[in-house]
Amino acid sequence: MSGPNTDYDPVEVTPLKADQVEAMREAALAAIADAPDLDALKQVRLDHAGDRSPIALANREIGALPPQARKEAGQRIGQARGAINQALAARQSVLEAEHEERMLVEETVDVSLPTTRRRRGSRHPLTLQSELIADLFVAMGYEVAEGPVVEAEWLNFDALNLGPDHPARTMQDTFWTEPAEDHVVLRTQTSPVQARTLLTRKPPIYVVCPGRVFRTDEYDATHSPMFHQVEGLVVDEGITMAHLKGTLDHFASQLFGDGISTRFRPSYFPFTEPSAEVDVLCFVCRNVDAESCRTCRGEGWIEWGGCGVVNPRVLVACGVDPEVYSGFAFGMGIDRSFMFRHDLEDLRPLFEGDVRFSSAFGTEI
Amino acid sequence: MKAPLSWILDLVDVPAGTTTEEITDRLTLTGLKLEAVVSPGREITGPLVIGRVLTMEPEPQKNGKTINWCTVDVGDANGTGEPQGIVCGAHNFAPGDLVVTVLPGGVLPGGFEIGARKTYGHLSAGMICSARELGLGEDHDGIIVLPPDAGEPGQDVRAVLGLDEEVIEFEVNPDRAYALSLRGIAREVLVSVEGASGFRDPALRETPAANDDGHPVVVEDSEGCPVFVARRVDGFDPAAATPDFMVQRITAAGMRPISLAVDVTNYVMLETGRPIHGYDADRLQGAIVVRRAREGEKLTTLDGTARTLDPGDLVVTDDSGIIGLGGVMGGETTEISGTTTSVLVEAAHWDAVSMFRTGRRHKITSEAGKRNERGVDPTICEAAADRVVELLVEHGGGTAHPGVTVVGTPPAMPVVEVAGDLAARVSGMPITEEQSVACLRAVGCEVSAAVGGSGTLSVTPPPWRPDLTDAQDFSEEVVRLVGYDKVPSVLPTPPSGRGLTRAQQLRRRIGRTLAGEGFVEVVTFPFVGEADLDALGLTAEDPRRDLLRLSNPLNAEAGFMTSTLLPGLLRTAGKNVGHGTTDVAIFETGTVTLPRHAGPAAILPVDRRPTEAELEALDAALPAQPLHLALVGAGDAVSGGWWAEAQPFSWADAVEAVRAVAASLGLEVSASAVELAPWHPGRCAELTVDGEVIGHAGEVHPTVCQAFGLPKRTVAAEVDLDLLIARAVHLRTAPTFSSYPVAKEDVALVVDDTVPAAAVEAALREGAGALLESIRLFDVYTGDQVGEGRKSLAYALRFRALDRTLKEGEAAAARDAAVARAAERTGAIQRA
Repeated sequence: MSGPNTDYDPVEVTPLKADQVEAMREAALAAIADAPDLDALKQVRLDHAGDRSPIALANREIGALPPQARKEAGQRIGQARGAINQALAARQSVLEAEHEERMLVEETVDVSLPTTRRRRGSRHPLTLQSELIADLFVAMGYEVAEGPVVEAEWLNFDALNLGPDHPARTMQDTFWTEPAEDHVVLRTQTSPVQARTLLTRKPPIYVVCPGRVFRTDEYDATHSPMFHQVEGLVVDEGITMAHLKGTLDHFASQLFGDGISTRFRPSYFPFTEPSAEVDVLCFVCRNVDAESCRTCRGEGWIEWGGCGVVNPRVLVACGVDPEVYSGFAFGMGIDRSFMFRHDLEDLRPLFEGDVRFSSAFGTEI
Repeated sequence: MKAPLSWILDLVDVPAGTTTEEITDRLTLTGLKLEAVVSPGREITGPLVIGRVLTMEPEPQKNGKTINWCTVDVGDANGTGEPQGIVCGAHNFAPGDLVVTVLPGGVLPGGFEIGARKTYGHLSAGMICSARELGLGEDHDGIIVLPPDAGEPGQDVRAVLGLDEEVIEFEVNPDRAYALSLRGIAREVLVSVEGASGFRDPALRETPAANDDGHPVVVEDSEGCPVFVARRVDGFDPAAATPDFMVQRITAAGMRPISLAVDVTNYVMLETGRPIHGYDADRLQGAIVVRRAREGEKLTTLDGTARTLDPGDLVVTDDSGIIGLGGVMGGETTEISGTTTSVLVEAAHWDAVSMFRTGRRHKITSEAGKRNERGVDPTICEAAADRVVELLVEHGGGTAHPGVTVVGTPPAMPVVEVAGDLAARVSGMPITEEQSVACLRAVGCEVSAAVGGSGTLSVTPPPWRPDLTDAQDFSEEVVRLVGYDKVPSVLPTPPSGRGLTRAQQLRRRIGRTLAGEGFVEVVTFPFVGEADLDALGLTAEDPRRDLLRLSNPLNAEAGFMTSTLLPGLLRTAGKNVGHGTTDVAIFETGTVTLPRHAGPAAILPVDRRPTEAELEALDAALPAQPLHLALVGAGDAVSGGWWAEAQPFSWADAVEAVRAVAASLGLEVSASAVELAPWHPGRCAELTVDGEVIGHAGEVHPTVCQAFGLPKRTVAAEVDLDLLIARAVHLRTAPTFSSYPVAKEDVALVVDDTVPAAAVEAALREGAGALLESIRLFDVYTGDQVGEGRKSLAYALRFRALDRTLKEGEAAAARDAAVARAAERTGAIQRA
């Protein structure tokens, strides 16, 4: 702020005249309105509201006026400056909005560009199928039991009523290990897990055992030396074949769709008596006009697995009293179930490890 | 088992109008599963007719053969009524004979199309057929000459030859050995097909009583051979042909017709289920003796194989030595030949277990062995031998020798106590005791109620059912006849379960984590060969060389269970690269096999629960089988594109993937340098959690990359998931953190190249004390400014106190303390 300027004759201070102040205001407002962008407005601000602007200079002259004139001049200039600042602020926000709008337009991208910078991973469909099946049974209250794949001969065979001279032993082409006198095999079925379960848990027992098993089958479109099975075992008081049927019907409808049931045919397994083959109703044709159905090859039913009432001899070998408890067991191929559930005709892609195969199934099925 | 329908219906009647499908459907439901219904002539199409040979002109050829140029009357079958000109190479016929003629347009088995073609200077329009050309047998010595009353020329010949016969193939379960015979199948038809009746048991016949005139037989092991019956046919014509019906039935059943004497024994075996052996009686020397083999004895069996016998083998001997492997296969010296005129017929019952062991020991699978090892009706030896004698006499022109040798008696069937309500309790169906009794009697059991009306039945199985030994076995017989399709569907009510175990949940979490990191799960076979371990560059002392060997691998190159997942995974990665997926990230979880060489896994008894000690010993004898995780990355980890350059896989990606897995379990992994195959010696990290080694990760050795068809800089990791999962943090503690302002301090430290960054960081952390909130290495610099053999590590440190704003200088003091500790521990010098 300047001090009183005593050298001037106040009467001669023309910039403070009303018309002069009005002219400054008009000039400033016009320049503000004309400023095309923020840079121009910045210059306008300097020119018309800055320290060296006419109105700022005029303001300095107020002190030179006689006291009685100062008030009036001060008011006049103050009002003008207020109007100019207001206009500046208004114009500033308009120009800023315009600027932002223009910037956003300039920043437009092609959103159709590919965005997959990192490859997606996936889990193996057999893992997913095993977990899905396990979950269906866990939901019913079962637990998931496990055991080693390199297994004692006694647990894989003898404990399951498959004695050393049982003809059924030749039905399962077994991988034996050396030295032979160690009596160690690659398990041919997940049934040794059932034996382990019976040996380590007390009834009531409700378990499923998914896992890898091995047979000396040459590798082709429908055979593999390694494949996956899931077996179920229930041992409780009063368990009958009807409970087995009910459980498998429920399992089938959960895995293949509402209304899909099973049927039993007599069969033979040493560890169950009575034994049955279990077929599942074809979930594609539902045995309606089955002749043209590819999935069941015109049968209306698909061979699914084996099952039966646990042979009391197995219960005895595992220390469960067959006078008190009875049970059922069932087993089916996870790979096979996967194949017909997902329309896969040749099983080899399951074990070839081509990432294009697993990737097609993502992380859940 | 393949059974011609006509043969079945010879033995049992079904209601008129019953279709083959109705019969097979019922049999399938009661336990004889239909495999297929086929006709022997299914592959033959087009005109196949009776022809009468009108003329035949033998014409010697330059190649030494003589062909016959024939004219054959085929009636109107050729459309002209004119005789058909056909060249024929066989000579076993004469003008006037009726022959089987296939005309142009016909197709024989094997897709053999018949046309009119120029051959040996004639236009031969068709072919005169042999049995083999029609798929009816192996006989190719001549063409089929039909009986004079077979029919008229031009008539279709299929029915005459049995080519349109329906042959039913059944899958026979090991417990139903009786169904390996027409007798057994007909009996199943009787009990399964509604309205079936009139079962004619081919083994139910009057047989002559045993006498002392028969061939002398001594059975030294009556447990191994409880019954031995010998009969003899003399004056047999070795040239006698097997009747057509027998050839057709034997062929349809899948066996090969050989000669009348052999064919008759096979025919009776198929009919009754009882294997029969025929000896050339003139080549037998002295009494037949049945005994166990002695150590080192040898026999050349009918298949021409010289075998060294085992003391467990049952043998048939005469004065010349061993003449047969009892019940399994005969010997060469007494084999029936083209000059045999006297046949000694043996029908003997053999111990099934011994048969099974001998068959397995000598790797012999024969039709006789298949039946004997599953169990045959021991009561029908005399009937079967008598049936053979009858057929040999009838078709071979011989006379039955009056001598009948019968040694031993059939073992008695056991009497089994069966609760009257067992079938109901097992099946969940309301089966009454009366129903059970009816079903059991239908399958041939004798049933009588036990004393006092206790609800217990005394059941004696029929002699053809040696599989019925336990009460539960009889319940299956009842339930299958009542019908498996009638079993109701009832859900049991399990107690509340505990869900997945923690380890099961964590394994799923690990899989999801790796999928989230961009890895694709694969499943490979766990078989490995030594060459695979060589390819990994494992040293001779590497513990992973200790492998469990398979006795019978499918592929000798992969004869072991693997101790590491890497060979399979590297091979799989290589295959993907080979298929054009050049950027590949895969993982696998699976058990590996680490032998413990702890001795045999005992064969424990089965009549009681093993003791805890026995079970522990059993588990201890198995190899360790930890669950491993392995992963491989090759090519680009992050793809290049409009956003940035591609980032190739680096050793760090392998370490980071394992860190991600560990982090998902709440664990932190430390890495330190180690040299281990198959990794790059300078780029392999030994990974530890709380000081325990859990695995390794890094860049794969370039030689190994090359061996597996992978690009250089491929990365891999393998860790023991069991160790990780065992350490997983179960309940994580909630964190507390400061909301006061942070103080940031950056330091750059110069150390020797050989100093691990992890050591510098550990020293900084220790020196900085409790105020240190975090530390991050943000730059590693090597170059002129720090000098040869040195590197500069730049760290950003953040300091904060939980309860207050730090005072001026506090953070700097902590930083200086950190740097001082790093200097002391690692020789670090702070860069100006």
